[in-house]
Amino acid sequence: MDFLQHVKTLAWKDIRVEFRSREIVYTMTFFAGMVVLLFSFAFLRESSAANGGMITDASLSPGFIWVAVLFSGTLGLSRTFDRERETGTMRGLLLSPMPRAAIFLGKAVGIFVMVLVVQAVVLPLVALFFDAPLFDHPLALLCLTLAGTLGFALVGSVFAAMLLKSGSREVLLPVVLYPILVPLFIAAIKGTATMMSGSMSETWFWIRFLLAYDLIFTVAALWTFEHLVIE
Amino acid sequence: MKKAVPLYIGTAALCMVGFAYTLYQIFYVAPLAQAPLYYNQKIFYYHVPCAFMLFAAVITCGIASIKYLRKREERWDDVAFAAAEVAVMFGLIVLVTGVLWAKPAWDKWWVWDARLTSALLLWMTMLAYMLVRKYGGAGAERLAAGLGIFAMINIPLVYASTRLWKTNHPSANTVPSLDSSMRAALWLSVLLFTFFFILLLRLRIDAQRAERRLYRCREMALDAGLFE
Repeated sequence: MDFLQHVKTLAWKDIRVEFRSREIVYTMTFFAGMVVLLFSFAFLRESSAANGGMITDASLSPGFIWVAVLFSGTLGLSRTFDRERETGTMRGLLLSPMPRAAIFLGKAVGIFVMVLVVQAVVLPLVALFFDAPLFDHPLALLCLTLAGTLGFALVGSVFAAMLLKSGSREVLLPVVLYPILVPLFIAAIKGTATMMSGSMSETWFWIRFLLAYDLIFTVAALWTFEHLVIE
Repeated sequence: MKKAVPLYIGTAALCMVGFAYTLYQIFYVAPLAQAPLYYNQKIFYYHVPCAFMLFAAVITCGIASIKYLRKREERWDDVAFAAAEVAVMFGLIVLVTGVLWAKPAWDKWWVWDARLTSALLLWMTMLAYMLVRKYGGAGAERLAAGLGIFAMINIPLVYASTRLWKTNHPSANTVPSLDSSMRAALWLSVLLFTFFFILLLRLRIDAQRAERRLYRCREMALDAGLFE
């Protein structure tokens, strides 16, 4: 019970700090929107309809959503941990009597919420630009988004925390993070694509896959975090 | 360490003679494959063992990383680092031979099949490991150890996530159905590559330890005021 209280306190702290400046969420969201736009321009084609202008294929949209989330999420990760580093508060957190697992989970929950905010903007944007039927199965979409974002936040927080003291952390974060996130990325994209084409049994398979991924890496992260954060 | 030198030379000689013998086995004893592969199939005797060694190296790296994080003994870190380097090398061989084989077999240089994708990703993860070791600064060993563990856990996940894509890679049970002389050549090759893998690993670990000792000597010399 105490443990969950610690997690809540920390996550709430991060969210409140963010709510006051809104720096990370605004920049992340703008960046994600820009990524979606750039992708739309990259894959423009002429509509086959008589008076149609330029369009982008809806079938490409799952990839764009998750690439945008991955890229902007990485920015958010670096920034949240940089904040702790600049003010020297990470040391304070590590010195506090909280268990380190609680610090880790608190951070991960904070990231999770921020990335969800980005998703809330990116998803309608993609549905608009690509004419993608994303909202036909709201429950599946919600599960996919939650499970995918959770995995990203968990694995991302471990590596971002580890890289806190490293000099070249901005470049190293994507380098270490993306290869590990590939299964999550594939499952999320496949899940979204099957959801759009209406083969729901496959979508639920991918959602279960995402949940398994989340579970496995939560265990791994909780075990390694203790040993990895250097201060 | 000096005592081990004859052993190393012996293993190296064994590998040399053995690899020469596999050439004979592969090109003269094992029969030619059916159309459309013909001679292209010969690359299989190097491609498959190297893929096994890639997985062996990544798992070695992962287990050594776990040991390192638990015990904080440098010798485990040396093992993990050496294994990662060897994994990068074998990974490169697997990918290059795979691409060469894919062109005649499937008429495409590359397809996103489960095994190709997992091999590529493992190789990328090990490259990331090397980058972290090189540019991570203070505490890079621990960060790299974390990556090594996550990479090992990731193997089945990557494989499972890509398995549902339609695959045209020859499946694992093609091995027992091979001609018996083909099978003999394959397993001989696997055995030799295993020796070669262990030899490379040992040599890299020793080099790593020598480097560490040298560094300590320098520190001691600095403390004693031998250098400016």
